[in-house]
Amino acid sequence: MIAQTLLLAEESSSVQGVDLILPEPYDLLWSLVIFAIIVVVFSKVLLPKLQKVLDERADLIQGGIEKAEKAQAEAAAALEEYTAQLTEARAEAARIREDARVEAAQILADARRRAGTDAERIVETAQRQIEAERHQAVVSLRTEVGTLATELASRIVGESLADDARQQRVIDTFLDDLESTVKAEG
Amino acid sequence: MGNLLAAVVSAEAADSGQSQSYIERMFSSDGFHAPSIADFFPPAIFGDGTIFEFNRIMLVRVIAAVALLLVFWFVASRAKVVPGRFQAAIEFLIDFVKDEIVEPVMGHEGKRFMPFLTTLFFAIVFFNITGVIPFLNIASTSLIGLPILMAVWVYVLYLSEGIKKHGLGGYLKNNLFPPGVPKPIYLLLTPIEFLQVFILRPATLALRLAANMISGHLLLVLCFAATQYFFFEAAGAMKAMGAVTFVAGFAFVLFEIFVALLQAYVFTMLSAVYLNMALEAEH
Repeated sequence: MIAQTLLLAEESSSVQGVDLILPEPYDLLWSLVIFAIIVVVFSKVLLPKLQKVLDERADLIQGGIEKAEKAQAEAAAALEEYTAQLTEARAEAARIREDARVEAAQILADARRRAGTDAERIVETAQRQIEAERHQAVVSLRTEVGTLATELASRIVGESLADDARQQRVIDTFLDDLESTVKAEG
Repeated sequence: MGNLLAAVVSAEAADSGQSQSYIERMFSSDGFHAPSIADFFPPAIFGDGTIFEFNRIMLVRVIAAVALLLVFWFVASRAKVVPGRFQAAIEFLIDFVKDEIVEPVMGHEGKRFMPFLTTLFFAIVFFNITGVIPFLNIASTSLIGLPILMAVWVYVLYLSEGIKKHGLGGYLKNNLFPPGVPKPIYLLLTPIEFLQVFILRPATLALRLAANMISGHLLLVLCFAATQYFFFEAAGAMKAMGAVTFVAGFAFVLFEIFVALLQAYVFTMLSAVYLNMALEAEH
């Protein structure tokens, strides 16, 4: 072993040129042969199979990406459409609300007007009724007060004012006086 | 490759000092050359005897490093979302490091060390695989300098990460005095743990890789040298032995490809484990 190492050491001093960078000739020869066989088997048999799988995968991924892009585009379109619909729906809702408000105002105004008319009518009716009643009261009073006053006066005066025409004239004169007095006071 | 062969031939023609040209020696035999440890100390190309001595193993390292950079530069500069064949193959390996090494060992924390561990894995694969590439014919990691460098890198990283996280005292206590052990056992355990953390882990990382590559190269050269001897020198029935050694050489080339990947896996896996042990609160 020592002898061999010495021999090698001696050899190494004389090594020149390509021997410095190349391996032992037999090492290179047989590794080259074996490597060539491996390369041929790999490139002819194994790699095509692998490449097929890799290509298929690339296609699959490419297809997947395209599909995803398409789905995304569709989603974007749907979103746009939805947004448009939403805007439209909002506008419509606003319009309906506006209409409703206008209508409500109209209804209110109508109701108010009708109520006003009704109230006026009721007041008018009531006034008319009051007037009628007052008139009736005045008529009946006029009759009764006349009778009572006549009776009272005839008792006081002691004579019977039986003459109807005179009696009526006296009563009317009295009542007119009375009325004018009341008006003057009021 | 053809150019290189032509260059070899022309260089040989110019070099008249040799009795036989390189090509002639390729197809002849002058006795059986047993492989020896001298294979790993080839003659210097330049800088003989200095620290800058550059021999063919250094050249192989440079070639492997350039190849690694070129391959990844090529892939990275053409990287697409939908990978082509080559990119898919590289991505498969990167995912392998992530899914089979970093995440199972380090979990979520491993994300931080992904670049380091991935680099380590690919560097070792490229430096190992040169052992079966014709014209290179030697693993760059079969000379222990490179494995030592990578082991030291891991060593410094796990020590600094551990100390950064736990402080010097905390780190030492965690590693040298593992909890849950009866006190007297520390007499035995602490020296062992000390050896583990500070010497054995980096030393075994470097030695395992270099030894595997050295033995792999010796096996291959043994088969090739024997095949050469049987085919070109042995007579009669002995020539047939060449077929046996050739088949053995073929099997060992395949085996060495496997070992090149396996050792990269082992080195990276253990680096992840050591980093994880340094970062763990208690183990």
